[in-house]
Amino acid sequence: MFGYEFYIDPSRCIGCQSCVKACEECETHRGVSMINFDYIDRTNTIATGAYVCFHCDEPTCAMVCPADAIKKGEDGIVQSALKPRCIGCSNCVLACPFGIPKLVIEREQMMKCDMCYDRTSVGKRPMCATVCPSGALLYATPEQVARTRREKPNNVFYFGSQRITTKVFMMAPAERDFVSIDIADYMSEENDGPFTTA
Amino acid sequence: MAKPPAPIEELTEQYGPHLNYVPLGGWQDESSNPADRLVKTHCCFCGQQCGIQLKVRDDKVIGFEPWEDFPFNLGKLCPKGVKRYLQSNHQDRLLDPLMRTDRGFRKGTWDEALDFTVKRIRDIQERHGKDSVAVFGGASLITEKAYLMGKFARLAVGTRHVDYNGRLCMVSAGVAYKKIFGVDRSLLPWSDIPKAQVLLIVGANVGECYPITTSYVWECRDNGGKLIITDPRMTPISRNADLYLPVRPGTDLILLMSMLHVVLRDGLEDKKFIADHTTGFEAFADSVRDYEPQTASIKTGVPAESIEKAAHWFAKADRAIALHSRGLEHHSKGVENVLSLVHLAVITGNIGREGAGVAMITGQGNGQGGREHGQKCDQLPGQRQLVDPAAREHVAKVWGISPDELPQPGYSAQEIMNAIHDGEIKALLCTCFNPVVSLPDSNFTREALNKLEYFGVIDFFLSETAQHADVVMPGSLQEEEEGVTCSGEGRVIHIQKAVDPPGNAWPDSKIICDLAHRLGKGQYFPFQSTREIFDELREASRGGVADYYGITYERIDKEMGVFWPCPSEDHPGTPRLIEGGITFHADGKCHLQVCTWRESGDPVSEEYPIYLTTGRVVSQFLSGAQTRRIGALVDIYPEPKVEIHPRLAEKHGIEDKDLVTVTTRRAEITLPAMVVRTIRPDTVFIPYHWPHDKSANKLTHRTLDPQSKIPEFKVSACRIRKAGGTA
Repeated sequence: MFGYEFYIDPSRCIGCQSCVKACEECETHRGVSMINFDYIDRTNTIATGAYVCFHCDEPTCAMVCPADAIKKGEDGIVQSALKPRCIGCSNCVLACPFGIPKLVIEREQMMKCDMCYDRTSVGKRPMCATVCPSGALLYATPEQVARTRREKPNNVFYFGSQRITTKVFMMAPAERDFVSIDIADYMSEENDGPFTTA
Repeated sequence: MAKPPAPIEELTEQYGPHLNYVPLGGWQDESSNPADRLVKTHCCFCGQQCGIQLKVRDDKVIGFEPWEDFPFNLGKLCPKGVKRYLQSNHQDRLLDPLMRTDRGFRKGTWDEALDFTVKRIRDIQERHGKDSVAVFGGASLITEKAYLMGKFARLAVGTRHVDYNGRLCMVSAGVAYKKIFGVDRSLLPWSDIPKAQVLLIVGANVGECYPITTSYVWECRDNGGKLIITDPRMTPISRNADLYLPVRPGTDLILLMSMLHVVLRDGLEDKKFIADHTTGFEAFADSVRDYEPQTASIKTGVPAESIEKAAHWFAKADRAIALHSRGLEHHSKGVENVLSLVHLAVITGNIGREGAGVAMITGQGNGQGGREHGQKCDQLPGQRQLVDPAAREHVAKVWGISPDELPQPGYSAQEIMNAIHDGEIKALLCTCFNPVVSLPDSNFTREALNKLEYFGVIDFFLSETAQHADVVMPGSLQEEEEGVTCSGEGRVIHIQKAVDPPGNAWPDSKIICDLAHRLGKGQYFPFQSTREIFDELREASRGGVADYYGITYERIDKEMGVFWPCPSEDHPGTPRLIEGGITFHADGKCHLQVCTWRESGDPVSEEYPIYLTTGRVVSQFLSGAQTRRIGALVDIYPEPKVEIHPRLAEKHGIEDKDLVTVTTRRAEITLPAMVVRTIRPDTVFIPYHWPHDKSANKLTHRTLDPQSKIPEFKVSACRIRKAGGTA
């Protein structure tokens, strides 16, 4: 759908797994769910998170694929591995900084979220973002998001020295430009510690 | 003697629950055999009644498609909605009448099942009187069937004992709202929720039990609204609470009375609203005078400053909404609990305005509509009272009988089960109700059912309750008959028939009407379709509180639902009740009440020092008769666990996944531990959807609220011990 983008906001997730169950109803991969769902740490919190593929501008999964099986289309969507090419080596599974691709053993193929191109190409929203009861997965225009949400969309991520830009947006607290998961980014810059020169 | 006619394991082996994972024809079938039509209807699981489209091919439901135009949920669905289509074409579906034998059940014919039923009812009534037979209905039935159940019981069977499983759901709220407002319905449409500045959610696990309401709650916060939650557990919506009050089970009344105390102490009440729109204020104000936050804090386990803060936030907001559900209502003082929350909205003037008010979140599919038209033991259609002579006259006229022919009020659901156990009631006809799983103290329920001289069940699957039956009549799923339901908002919506019942299963309404004919009362049940039943219901409800007279199937389709009361076809319906503060009482006022604290019916003691509370998980619905048959839902949460705080777990040497025995004054069960920091350390939680050795309701007790007759599911006393072994 033209002008629509995908937004993930784990702070809205209620852990219902509607996305997980609806995904497997989709035309292109019936019976296999592509949603990555996590109980963050159930002992200590009810927080949960549901994730689709972030659809990187320069997909790490494709870069590490020895069989050249992972393709990104002109629409920016990174597809599941091409069945005839995929050798099931799991390089992509290990390399993806977001932990998205899954090796589906029964199909001998890496499968991942394709953003429901069968639905979006005919003017429907992706299945997960349609059914999500809480708006944790949202398919909307940037204007709608700016109008209705306090959180800020972010699609630049740093994993150590790797900078990744993505098609899918992660909602971040309003006061941040981006959210780093590297502790170094939160330390003072003058000194990394006594042994930096070692 | 309605004991299961074969070992439970054998019956389960034959009739399930078995798990259905895959749509008819397999996952790949739809690409070559697409659906021939999409049927716009509603999900059958829970009172949100989300719009959904069922994919139908060759008179079979093969899948679903979101219905994005339906204004309540805009295509959103929880996993129960996503997978509800898998209840169709299920291998466990009953396709023929079943007759009890010495060893299980055999297939029977309809004539055999119906004639046997009628003969037994007549025999027993001749020997023991009309009221020796009871009828159970349910709140998953479409409203036409719910209406039919009340009429059938009173006219065809001639018993005063008819009640329904909504007795386990909404009745405390219903009684409280009727006392204060003279009407039993949420006061506001859900579109008001995002407009509130403060949202107080009491005893409602919104994220799991009413997932779509989450979206409205988050929108309220997106708009800058503050969210206050009171619950003994941190449920998923508590992750964004601005204020969380971890109330001790059974002490909600003290918490709310204390908030009321703070409002009055600090002069935050809406004096003008109270003067113009209430009665009984002085007595009410006296009743909360002693509930100081410091004392309340000790009783409730909620810090006094949190009580003060919650009261201040709510009272100082221009627009505040209070939402509640079973956590507040499933108590032996459920009515008082709800009264106190409603009092908070009333004395702060948060009634009958956009973005302000109080709403009960209905739990069962047709929890609202199922309790409006006469299958409650004390009620006639249109929310009329059975004891009211004018109501009796109106309904008797519509039915073509004399008011004297209408029985007087009978027992409520648990009281019926008690009377069966006592031997006073000898026969039971049950539909849409699985009391073996859903009533408290299930060993008692089984003993009672075992004593029945006749037990007939109308159901689509052989539920744990139907295993006890003499005759099982295969009925219809929600998608197999046209009709209406009423959602938690008070919106009357249209359930479309998508397919015919399979095999020799019949539509429920046909079974009831046929039985009525065979009982010699056919002239009162001439219905050829549910539409004809609805038309009579419109007349029967006319002029009542829940007035459906102006509602038609066609209007519902055109207007995406119609909110009752709707007294004429040119009336727009009533999304928001009590507008301008004018209630349904004759004087138009809010009648404030006096509440007094009392202990739970199953108090904690040295021997049973821990609170047990029960509830739902997101992937299961009520007694699980349907959802325990859907594999994709069972996978999310396969079996019940006991939620225990690490502090309590450590005291007993229990680690996550260890088997734990939970013992109450009635029974014990052993389940795996789920050690979580999200429950009070003095409380354990078990979801109630499972039967037999995993049944939380083996542990619960039969204490009822004296007014609403709701069982006290939300607080029992228990002890725990490590059982040895892990899951």
